[in-house]
Amino acid sequence: MSGNMNINLKVWRQKNGKSQGKLVDYKVEGVSPDMSFLEMFDVLNDRLVSEGKDEPIAFDHDCREGICGMCSMYINGRPHGPNQGVTTCQLHMRSFKDGDTIVVEPWRAAAFPVIKDLAVNRSAFDRIIASGGFISVNTGNAQDANSLPIAKDNADEAFAAAACIGCGACVAACKNSSAMLFVSAKVSQLALLPQGDPERNTRVLNMVAQMDTEGFGACTNTGACSAECPKEISLTNIARLNREYFAAQLGSDRS
Amino acid sequence: MNWITKMFSSSLGQKLIMALTGLFLCSFLIIHMVGNLQLFKHDAGLAFNKYAVFMTTNPLIKTTSYLLYAAILFHAFKGIALVFQNKKARPVKYQAFDGKANSHWSSRNMGVLGTIILVFVVVHMSNFWAEYKFGHVPYTRYTENIQTGEIQSDYMPADFTMNSKMEEQSEGLMKVTIVKDLFRSVELGFKELWLVALYIIAMAALSFHLYHGFKSAFQTMGLNHKKYNGAINFIGIGVFAILIPIGFAAMPLYFFIK
Repeated sequence: MSGNMNINLKVWRQKNGKSQGKLVDYKVEGVSPDMSFLEMFDVLNDRLVSEGKDEPIAFDHDCREGICGMCSMYINGRPHGPNQGVTTCQLHMRSFKDGDTIVVEPWRAAAFPVIKDLAVNRSAFDRIIASGGFISVNTGNAQDANSLPIAKDNADEAFAAAACIGCGACVAACKNSSAMLFVSAKVSQLALLPQGDPERNTRVLNMVAQMDTEGFGACTNTGACSAECPKEISLTNIARLNREYFAAQLGSDRS
Repeated sequence: MNWITKMFSSSLGQKLIMALTGLFLCSFLIIHMVGNLQLFKHDAGLAFNKYAVFMTTNPLIKTTSYLLYAAILFHAFKGIALVFQNKKARPVKYQAFDGKANSHWSSRNMGVLGTIILVFVVVHMSNFWAEYKFGHVPYTRYTENIQTGEIQSDYMPADFTMNSKMEEQSEGLMKVTIVKDLFRSVELGFKELWLVALYIIAMAALSFHLYHGFKSAFQTMGLNHKKYNGAINFIGIGVFAILIPIGFAAMPLYFFIK
């Protein structure tokens, strides 16, 4: 087909968490510009399976609609590749040129150990959420809608923070592998709403403590996380996390 | 663990220490700049030497200066510790890393820039501060005509000493001041090319360090607000990344060329 491209891939291959990994060269021919980045990997894996010489490349993916946060490739030195505000599944091959060499690596962080090839274990995020990223409500009949007045600005900001899909691109982009943008989005979405208020102090204290325990780095405010975030979570959330944390430490009974 | 140690040992609390000490050091830079502008006065260094006496004898300033030394050490060593701690969070490095695509160079190199500044502070303090405090700085006698404002300066013999750093007395229209001549140490010191070069490199590092550091400190303290961000950016870039480093770099250059 005309307009199709040949792509040179350098893909991180690693058998499991204990073995040493290395970059392996693959040539993928006849790539359509309309393919997504993951579909190109499907084509390559199809070939690897039919050739039977090499195991297919393990990579995470689920919805392929840019909303689940499962895909996690570090492409040419940037999480989710060169485009802004998209996940890897929404990155298309038209963003590259014929003959390009593309380096694909897994997220790199002590808190995100490699499971195999490009798949990493992001359970650290789940443990942070379990430590405080929730509200406790009684079950039973649903409350009347709009019974709690919420300022439109706050509702909008909470919604923007809640857009975080927990993919971990912030950690991957950060030179310190810091999880501040993720944690700040999760703290913010609840701190901005009345439903989150009763547990606000314990929430922020527990989530920060869990974040530190998991071995994420500290925040240098480089802004790389927000620049690479597929949901464009704002750095103002990190400032809010700092405020929430110091207010809880200095101004509440808890620590 | 008590809540204060818990707070300051968390990753957020450690950054708060960096922010608070950093901003304290920024406030010092302004005082240091304003005071040292007296180096440019055409009075053979009289005003600057008097200022040096005031800065080293006033009890309030002396107390603040010990706080300042503690802040420098705290900021430097906490910063170095954080760099290594943060490196541990990524044991396996990326083969391809495109930092410039998503962040400013200075924000990714605060540790390196800070180290250059620390080396500079050590050289700077051993040249002037330690020399003034522990070494032998010769005295100069200034004779000032109160009516005309004319100043005549005479170097005292190199082995001349007195009990105080400065003595003043009036003889009719003449005001005589004998004072430790730090100005002369500055004048002589900045004839050395390597020293001037070190100062200029260090001030470039300071510029990049504060370009990121000043606004970053406010973000760490939780202040990221559209009403104030404009002012923080303006002061951070205009004053701390441009005016202050240029002003400080001008001093050694002025004496080198003079």
